[in-house]
Amino acid sequence: MNLLSKQRRLPEAADQHHDPRAPISIHDMTVAYHRRPVLWDIDFAAEEGRLIGIVGPNGAGKSTLIKACLDLIPKASGSIRIYGKPYKKQRQLVGYVPQRESIDWEFPINALDVVTMGTYGKIPWCFPPRKKHRTAAYEALEKVGMAEYAHRQISRLSGGQQQRVFLARALVQDAQLYLMDEPFAGVDAATESAIIALLKDLKARGRTVLVVHHDLQTVKSYFDDVILLNMRIVASGPTATTFTEENLRKTYGGKLTLLVEAAEAIARGGQENR
Amino acid sequence: MIRGPVMLLVLPALVTVGVIATATFGGDELRRVLSLADYNTRIVVLGTTLLGAAAGLIGTFTYLRKRAMVADALAHATLPGIAAAFLIVGQKEIVPLLVGGAIAGTLGVLCVMGLRRIPRIHEDAAIGIVLSVFFGIGLILKSAATQLSMGDQAGLDRFIYGTTAGLIKQDAWLIGMTAVLILLTVLLLFKEFRLLCFDAAYARSLGRRVRVLDLLMMALVVITTVVGLQAVGLILVIALLIIPAAAARFWTDDLATMTWLSVEFGAASGFVGALISGSYANLPAGAVIVICAGVLFFFSMGFAPERGAVFAWWRRYALRRRIGRQHVLRALAEHEERYGNLATLPLARLQQTRSWRASELRTLIYRCRAADELTIDPSDNIRLTPTGRVRAHRLLRNHRLWELYLIRYADVAPTHVDRDADQIEHVLPASITVELERLLAEKQTAIPASPHPMGDVS
Amino acid sequence: MTWSWQGDGTVILVAMLAGCACALVGSYLVLRRMSLMGDAISHAVLPGLVIAFLITHSRGIGAMLIGAVVVGILTALLTQMVARYGKVEEGAAMGVVFTILFAIGLVLIRRATDHVDLDPSCVLYGNIAHIYADAFHGTPVALKNLAIVFALNLVFVVAFYKELKVSAFDPGLSSTLGINANLMHYALMILVALTAVVSFEAVGSILVIAMLIVPPVTAYLLTDRLGIMLLLSVVFSGLAAVMSHLAVIAFPVWFNTPIQPDTSAMMTVFAGLFLAVAIVVAPRRGLASQAWQHMALRLQIRREDILGILYRFQEHLGDETAAAMPTEELRRIFGHGPLTSYALRSLRRRRLTVKIGGSSLALTEKGLHRAERLIRSHRLWETYVAQHSDLPLDHLHEPAERVEHFIGPRLETALREEVADPQADPHGRSIPSGHPEKND
Repeated sequence: MNLLSKQRRLPEAADQHHDPRAPISIHDMTVAYHRRPVLWDIDFAAEEGRLIGIVGPNGAGKSTLIKACLDLIPKASGSIRIYGKPYKKQRQLVGYVPQRESIDWEFPINALDVVTMGTYGKIPWCFPPRKKHRTAAYEALEKVGMAEYAHRQISRLSGGQQQRVFLARALVQDAQLYLMDEPFAGVDAATESAIIALLKDLKARGRTVLVVHHDLQTVKSYFDDVILLNMRIVASGPTATTFTEENLRKTYGGKLTLLVEAAEAIARGGQENR
Repeated sequence: MIRGPVMLLVLPALVTVGVIATATFGGDELRRVLSLADYNTRIVVLGTTLLGAAAGLIGTFTYLRKRAMVADALAHATLPGIAAAFLIVGQKEIVPLLVGGAIAGTLGVLCVMGLRRIPRIHEDAAIGIVLSVFFGIGLILKSAATQLSMGDQAGLDRFIYGTTAGLIKQDAWLIGMTAVLILLTVLLLFKEFRLLCFDAAYARSLGRRVRVLDLLMMALVVITTVVGLQAVGLILVIALLIIPAAAARFWTDDLATMTWLSVEFGAASGFVGALISGSYANLPAGAVIVICAGVLFFFSMGFAPERGAVFAWWRRYALRRRIGRQHVLRALAEHEERYGNLATLPLARLQQTRSWRASELRTLIYRCRAADELTIDPSDNIRLTPTGRVRAHRLLRNHRLWELYLIRYADVAPTHVDRDADQIEHVLPASITVELERLLAEKQTAIPASPHPMGDVS
Repeated sequence: MTWSWQGDGTVILVAMLAGCACALVGSYLVLRRMSLMGDAISHAVLPGLVIAFLITHSRGIGAMLIGAVVVGILTALLTQMVARYGKVEEGAAMGVVFTILFAIGLVLIRRATDHVDLDPSCVLYGNIAHIYADAFHGTPVALKNLAIVFALNLVFVVAFYKELKVSAFDPGLSSTLGINANLMHYALMILVALTAVVSFEAVGSILVIAMLIVPPVTAYLLTDRLGIMLLLSVVFSGLAAVMSHLAVIAFPVWFNTPIQPDTSAMMTVFAGLFLAVAIVVAPRRGLASQAWQHMALRLQIRREDILGILYRFQEHLGDETAAAMPTEELRRIFGHGPLTSYALRSLRRRRLTVKIGGSSLALTEKGLHRAERLIRSHRLWETYVAQHSDLPLDHLHEPAERVEHFIGPRLETALREEVADPQADPHGRSIPSGHPEKND
């Protein structure tokens, strides 16, 4: 992908763009699939202790943004820092709630085991989880109101319950920064309000949460900050001032067609234009 | 679901069943085989049992990682390695041949992984390509060995079909060592393997080296395959890697239990299969072992509690019956709502409310009567009993609340709501229930008729 | 070994027919991502053959075919059943079913060994050498049978071309169009079983698997059209047959050994070779073409960057007359690697730059035009991004630096329309006008 990463800067210089106090700061990040850029020049720094919603139309690259933050997909250019250091050194500080579709629900595993996985990052290779890890997992399940289902296989939970289990797994990681990919997708009203109560609790304890969200109606009541994303950041900042009609129109409107065209041109290697 | 100490009894139970079955059908030499008096028999039975256990153990994880068929490519890919080693070393010393097989097998797995990265070559095609091309090369090398009359062709054929009866002490040792190696690895890395198989992306986000774990897992599969080649042959060793794990999955929802069961299934197949083939003349042991595993698989698929087909069918049947009964009761409650308590409803009119077959409805009514929910007089008029009335009105209320809920919160995926729950309050938060009840009351004052008046319902 | 039309010609013909018949149905297996069904069926038909033999006591092709088709359908059915009712993943379900059936076949063979002359090896490897011998006593049966199966597959593939296409592409859609995707599935499975069984005798099951999968995949890499894919896969199979037999004949001579490999085994190797070549040289998707494109693009970007810097230098000096920049300075900026050297040379060759005073470089008229276009793209993009998002000014340059190389005339016009004031960029520098329609 070095075609897109024409960085002539020295690598150490990257750090000067990042605020070491920011839970997550992204500088000039571009992500491409098969040479087709899906995220352009993302620049963003989060403030600590905020609930941040990521909003944008389908295919805007919301999940891609989360995955790139977790090094799950390669970046074409740019850098990401978690509290001023690369993700690799700060994994302990980051909790992740994946999208529901990526899970094999038929896997032989119960809710408690799934949540216990959240503690694996703290247990070295070859050592089994101990009692205290299991207790922590159980407490996290209690917190999301799922303790009575601890020993149920995950396919026998309802959609909302499954989501709560994965939330509990992120909780038990006891991270400083949480990245959640559509935690509200396909859940019932009760779970939605339970999740939002949890997010508020996390925030009260000084944690930062980035949430990919698709329901525009609830953005204002749920999030402190919002990122309006459509292949690039259209606007970001406090919800009250950023989540405006004007910005929404920019995000969802047709103004960005040229970005798409340019992405196509890059994917073709520009040959046909020359 | 199987759990707890019962698990320890599975293997002895299966072995006993196998022995009894063999005895019943009169194995020619069952007694000699059973007593394990024969040194050769002991080696063979020990070898196949251990092989089954080892393959069952590692097979669990490849099965759950959805790599089961990679074993197919791998097993076929060992042939060129074995044949090449045979051509180079030129003797029937077993270890170099196995090393050759392991190298070629590893190469095959790497090729599958590499081919999969090329656009338009999907996993299935990658596996097919590797297995056929590698095997083709193997056949060329093999025929070269034959034509150079370096040895009997059977020397190499035994890797393709397996010659269980020809297992010697050294082979049993190799298999045993493999089993111990796999056991140790799985014990140490159980946590990592579980994470890898369930959610590789999450494993990566926790900083586990997914590629290292994957390679380690495939390496263990390569070793198992190679030592298993002689015992059961290269096609049937695939079966031992897949079938016990797939069969174990039916019995439990817990990974540790599943792993243990898979080991037991594999070991039992190995033991009983070797036993049966030893008691009859002219039965190839490898094939019999696989058939034993197959019997276990289809038995599990049919009769395992909860996940088995029979139980699933029974559950569906019971659910249909319960829903049917609820429909009967609700129809009666609506009828009473309209015509006052104690109103009777003729069977014929009840039947019109839904697309019931007469016999079906009769059964439902019979069951309701047995539960003392309704009475039916000789001229087929139905009336609720006091018990039935309480139940029926509760059902009706619940049903209406759910309908309101679904109308009001239509944007929430309704499939995730357990509509069959007895009480709506148990599923939804109190605030929503209160609101719904208010809405229901409003609606009922505005529209006196119930939402599903009799006769309208098809 | 001497060539004999009667012997070698027949062997080649048999191998070709078997390969082509397989490739025709295999293309659809590959497209439906069910390649392993070919593998499963060709192993699983063993018990079908044995049972047919035990019942009829003959090795007549009719009984064998019936046995094979029954077991072939059974394999497909059982796989579907295990996958659906057992919630077993499709691949694993196949593995469960075909190994069990194969095991049953082995047991049956061994039990019947007293009155049967059947060898599992002949299913696995086939016996093409027999065909060579048979050819001297009239037309071998295998040849006739293979010709029939090939014709059958050809008719099926041609007659049901659109049905197969739609049901492979989108089973859901095909059902709404009134084409029963399930029926097509089983029809295909029957043909796979038939083809496999007829080919076994001649070439063995491994070749069947290879020919079902490898030539279609090779063709798939080379074309985007189904019809051409079918054609190519047949061509590759035929070619593999001819070349492998020639190689078999030549082998003892070339390597001076008495070893003569088996034609069918050699054929899998040749099919594999074709695939390897296709992976490397396939147009656009091939490794070579990808690498070439990558290099060409990097070179182009490097050239354009040099042009850009020369332009900015000239603009900075505010001098209309050609301002020259020392080559050494350019090398320092862009690195001393071969890419820079080659880019510099190719710029001169294209008369975009001209050497001045031996060690300095300046833009020519033509070079100036090209550079203007580039800078225009760059600054238009900066303006566009600045107007449509709240990226700070110091973040504008780098994104534009990346995109500028890819902005063609059409996109440029579009940009010009989108941008409110296409005179100056956000930094206040002028956007060179110029002639976007002029395309050199």
